[in-house]
Amino acid sequence: MRRVVLTGAGTINPLARDVEGTIQALLSGRTAITTLAAADIGADAPPGATGAPVRDFRPEDHFPARQLPLMDRVSQFALVAARQAIAQSGLVFDADLSARTGVIIGSAGGGHMTGDAVARAYYGAGQTRVHPLTVPRLMMNAPASLISMEFGLTGPSFAISSACASSNHAIGLAFQMIRSGAQGVMLAGGADAMLSAVGLAAWAGLRVLSQDGCRPFSADRTGLVMGEGAAVFVLEDREQAMARGAPILAEIAGCAMGADAADIVQPSPEGAMRVMRAALADAGLAAGVVDYVNAHGTGTRANDRTESAALRAVFPKGVAVSSTKGAHGHLMGASGAVELLACLAALEGRGIAPTTGWRVPDAECAIDLVAGAPRLSPVGACLSNAFAFGGLNAVLALTSA
Amino acid sequence: MSETVEERLIAIIARQAMLDPSQVTLDMSPTDLGLDSLGLVETIFAIEEAFDISVPFNANMPEQSGFDLSSLGAIAANVRNQIAAKA
Repeated sequence: MRRVVLTGAGTINPLARDVEGTIQALLSGRTAITTLAAADIGADAPPGATGAPVRDFRPEDHFPARQLPLMDRVSQFALVAARQAIAQSGLVFDADLSARTGVIIGSAGGGHMTGDAVARAYYGAGQTRVHPLTVPRLMMNAPASLISMEFGLTGPSFAISSACASSNHAIGLAFQMIRSGAQGVMLAGGADAMLSAVGLAAWAGLRVLSQDGCRPFSADRTGLVMGEGAAVFVLEDREQAMARGAPILAEIAGCAMGADAADIVQPSPEGAMRVMRAALADAGLAAGVVDYVNAHGTGTRANDRTESAALRAVFPKGVAVSSTKGAHGHLMGASGAVELLACLAALEGRGIAPTTGWRVPDAECAIDLVAGAPRLSPVGACLSNAFAFGGLNAVLALTSA
Repeated sequence: MSETVEERLIAIIARQAMLDPSQVTLDMSPTDLGLDSLGLVETIFAIEEAFDISVPFNANMPEQSGFDLSSLGAIAANVRNQIAAKA
């Protein structure tokens, strides 16, 4: 089996438009969560509505006018992130490498904004002629397709959708495809842009949105806050990466995926435990050598206590844990990918990002939580958790380069 | 003939709990009726739609909702208060 490394990373998210800015923000404890304005969600914001929008993003600064009609906001985010990742990797795609390179982009909502705009025009304003490119804009695989087109990548490319675990499923599957020898390089990550008035109302309807910030694992947490954005990584066969002198950001040592098979919204501690243990086994890591877990940590009552129970069971001797959703909000299908940047920062020795927003210890979340300031302890191995609605879980195990 | 708030509420909740309205009484709680968290969220939505009111409820802090959901009678009293506040 081949070993798999990360040789490039890119992102656009509510904190920053690049990896370095994002890592600095994560370590600083800054939050991008703010009161939403009409310009953020396409309609008057309900009183007290908060979110983590990517503000002042001008698509025309990134894409030619001719291409923009094909690009939903989610595709724009994905492509901006993919360009950064490929630039960092230094890869140049000739015909042979193109055929061995594929793209898997996870998304919960796909072209949500396009569907939203079409529905508004059709049902609301009676505009029964719909833009001819609505279908290619809307389709879930548009981000993966547009990335493959821009770089001429002819390997296996498609979308994965598993709600808030989409990124980890995408990265995990790409990892398996390289490990098995099927592919030499994969671009993988997640993108989501669901922060519309309808998207917000849909989450508000589930009664889990906070109006006063996201405080993962804090006793006074009041729920999750929606965000938007993307992160994309270059995964590469380690031998090939070393042979070409590529920057090696980290190694993906293992991954595991599983389903709770229980409830469509309530998380299961057993499901979370199973997948964390399976990821450790896949990576050949004992729980005792793991120095950090980037938690799913949504700031909801249900997730945080369930995840804490699972963490205590898998790591009986304790492990440093943090969630960065209080900084960038819940990026839905892009969550795991953006949160992998916190893992990279930890593995690079820059510190474990604090749980921004956390204020009060919670007896139901008795874990070794990093909060208040980054923890500057060395991290040689870490896990990144994603536990989605629908009970779909995916955990990645990473080790330092 | 117009129904009372209590009658309409019982009809809504009976439908949600898949029971006959005759099986539902005002001293029952949502849990007594077998409503899980999603059932409760759907019930609250149905109440908001039926009475054109807004029920403050966050599943992350149910005990701090400012809207007593402990029994159907308590919910009915809250609904009446909200309707009166709107008038």
